Amino acid sequence: MTPRMNRWKRFADWDERPLRLDKFAAEDPANGFSAFSSPADPKPGIGIKGGRVVSLDGVLEHDYDMIDRFIARHHIDQEVASEAMALDSATVARWLVDMNVPRETLVRLAHGMTPAKLAEVVSQLNALEIAFAYSKMRARKTPGNQAHVTNAKDDPLQLAADAATAVAFGFDEIETTMRVSRNAWSNAVACAVGGAVGRWGTLFQCSSEEAEELRIAMAGFTSYAETVSVYGTEKSFTDGDDTPWSKAFLAAAYASRGVKMRCTSGAGSELLMGFHEAKSLLYLEARCLCLQRGMGVQGTQNGGIDGAPLTATIPGGVRELMAENLIAVWLDLECASGNDARSTESEIRVGAKILPYLIAGSDLICSGMGSILKYDNSFNPSLINGEELEDYLVLQRDFEADGGLTPLPESRAIELRERAVEAIAAVFEELGLSTPTEDMKTSVVYASGSDDTRSLMPRDVSFISEAIKERGISVIDVVKALAKRGFREEAENLLNVVKLRLSGDYLQTSAMIRNGRIVSAVNDPNDYLGPGSGYRVSEERRLQLNDIRDVLDQKEVLRSEALHEKDEARHIRYRNLGPAADGSATDDVVIGISPAFGLKLYRTTAGHRLSEVLGAMLDAIRARGLKARVVRFRHTADTSFLGLSAARLAGSGIGIGIQAKGTAVIHQRDRQPHNNLELFSNAPITRLEHYRALGANAAAYALGEMPEPIVVPQRGEAMGSRYHARVALIYAIETGLTEAGAAPEEVEIILTGAKS
Amino acid sequence: MSHTRADYPLAETQPGAVTGKHGKALPEITLDAVLAGEVTMEDLRITPQALQAQADVARDVGRPTLALNFERGAELVEVPQDFIMQVYELLRPGRAKSKEELIEAAATMRETYQAERIARFIEEAAETYAARGLFTFRF
Repeated sequence: MTPRMNRWKRFADWDERPLRLDKFAAEDPANGFSAFSSPADPKPGIGIKGGRVVSLDGVLEHDYDMIDRFIARHHIDQEVASEAMALDSATVARWLVDMNVPRETLVRLAHGMTPAKLAEVVSQLNALEIAFAYSKMRARKTPGNQAHVTNAKDDPLQLAADAATAVAFGFDEIETTMRVSRNAWSNAVACAVGGAVGRWGTLFQCSSEEAEELRIAMAGFTSYAETVSVYGTEKSFTDGDDTPWSKAFLAAAYASRGVKMRCTSGAGSELLMGFHEAKSLLYLEARCLCLQRGMGVQGTQNGGIDGAPLTATIPGGVRELMAENLIAVWLDLECASGNDARSTESEIRVGAKILPYLIAGSDLICSGMGSILKYDNSFNPSLINGEELEDYLVLQRDFEADGGLTPLPESRAIELRERAVEAIAAVFEELGLSTPTEDMKTSVVYASGSDDTRSLMPRDVSFISEAIKERGISVIDVVKALAKRGFREEAENLLNVVKLRLSGDYLQTSAMIRNGRIVSAVNDPNDYLGPGSGYRVSEERRLQLNDIRDVLDQKEVLRSEALHEKDEARHIRYRNLGPAADGSATDDVVIGISPAFGLKLYRTTAGHRLSEVLGAMLDAIRARGLKARVVRFRHTADTSFLGLSAARLAGSGIGIGIQAKGTAVIHQRDRQPHNNLELFSNAPITRLEHYRALGANAAAYALGEMPEPIVVPQRGEAMGSRYHARVALIYAIETGLTEAGAAPEEVEIILTGAKS
Repeated sequence: MSHTRADYPLAETQPGAVTGKHGKALPEITLDAVLAGEVTMEDLRITPQALQAQADVARDVGRPTLALNFERGAELVEVPQDFIMQVYELLRPGRAKSKEELIEAAATMRETYQAERIARFIEEAAETYAARGLFTFRF
């Protein structure tokens, strides 16, 4: 007796899935757990008197907190505000998804809108509409991407190799950080050198303490800064140890040094920091974004960021992350759109999270993607990591969407990694910082992650890092060292990145470097106005995206079959005996083989030799005292028709049809073609014992018995994704040999009995 | 002369006019010049003129707040790194114990470095911090 239980076993199955590691939080606006709206959110509103914004979203000027003040003074465009705020939010929401309303019109209006108004408008859009509006509203036309380059040992050799690899994959920016904060200078030099291998133009930042980060930029190693965080409530801001004015001052300081920067904000940070004022995530983030525009920063990194995992626990949280990115681009800010902190253990949720951004495009789709393995990511694992990077490459190919990356051949990766490791080792030696051994270098070149390396450890790195800092080593010294040791190309590349800061061209909104040239919202503005406009994947780019590894074509199939040809020649011979006769004896069973069977194709998709498959079936039929004949059909390659044709020739009325790829059927003379006795359609998992059993059952039917049908057990393998490309190519070889009306041929099978 | 989007990117439209702090133009900053010891970090510093040009471009493409940031940046080009970091520190919550400390920093920016916009910006911070009680003990 099956015992009664207290649960449906399916729930126990579900318990085992990675999804159940994710925790979900109840909606609870009073405690800050609401994505889009909370009773504590203010109604949109603005008062302007005598050139002053005297009220903002229901708060009067004398009650303004720091953030209100800053937004009122520096964000609100008073010439637009009255018009923009008077517009019906639903109407503006429709304009956002109306391809006939130009981006500039909407950007102008946003500059007169308060945080509550911006939030109210985007709240009206569903997820698809948000993604579409994002695609239309983002500032720069060409999409880009950013990578994390870090490792668990702060090993500079590995940083250089991984930076070079990330550059080769096409990342427009790379970002590093440290396990040990005093290693910042070593990380900076290593990534700067590695990032100069192969091509120039990848921007680089070293996320560290504010003052240190600016010093590293001053020394010329980094080319942008991103971790200038802002928050949507005053108390979070001060706990973050800054104010809108200190951060805006820092923004001006970066500009004064010719270094690109963007701010960081995102849903959930106020909630994590305990000062959410019971406001919704979207409203607080709208405040952050108005603040950033007011500060005059060119862009933002938003979309949850460190708060993304928390946001994703809340109903509608993922849609909220998209909505806050939309507000950023609507305000005309460059957007590094999150998709970094891994917000789930479910691969399905990962894929779903990234897809809207991949197809909509973004200035930097991830900020950043882990180009390294999860355990090496010193920021925390990313949504997509080194482990899954190829999945992302395939998504690009699937959707013909430019996610900023280009497939990298393995041999090229090794070449670049070798070069990068040699380059950083040369710089260290030249500057008297360290002398990495050959074993260290080699272990890094081939390493997937730091578990595989025997290289510098965090303590070694600290000495290197502090020496760089204390000796005042600058990028000029590194450029010289590279050139002196024969890395002239890398020296040029590195110098080119530093030279960017002279003109300041890359300080403009959404600037990146492509093919040695500046591409920004100024000279590459998003001009989307419907199909045929905006960013389109060019034919040249499409071919790059398509060029993933291990792609099958007919040549490849024929090449692998050719390898099997000689092997089969030692095991079997097919002797054509001329036209096949109708069998009359009741012990006559016919095996019908396909046109290319054993002539052009030699193995089933499961990898069995056709000689063994035939041998197994013949043995099983003969074991029941019946006679088995083999007939080749050339009028058809279809299993059902092969089977039925065989059955009609057989004196017993029972036939087997089998294709070279291994798909087989047992058929009976009087049945409809597709209404067979038994079908063996899953050739890739059909083993020799199944073919033997197939033969035995055919014999049983011929003897008038009713055998238990053979079930080839499958465990839910995605057979189509694994085999159908190959199957279609193979089947085309079979159909290519068919000939209308060709007569069946009797074939004598000579099995040599060769053992291997 | 005010710049427009037609001048962008400056490094491509007028490389000879893009110079570092010591007047060395972009085409002169070559690897060979670096190796000959003719290029220092100062030659790789942006000038107030370049920042003003970028501010003009930003304004021309409808980004007035970005332009203002570039203009504040232009004023900080000549301000020594240490003083910049000192003022940044002072602007962080609770570092200045009174409004006067910020007013004094603003005055130095104005008088010593002719950084008028920055000075006003610091004064605005001072006024806000006073109103919001930020001159309190934090650590």
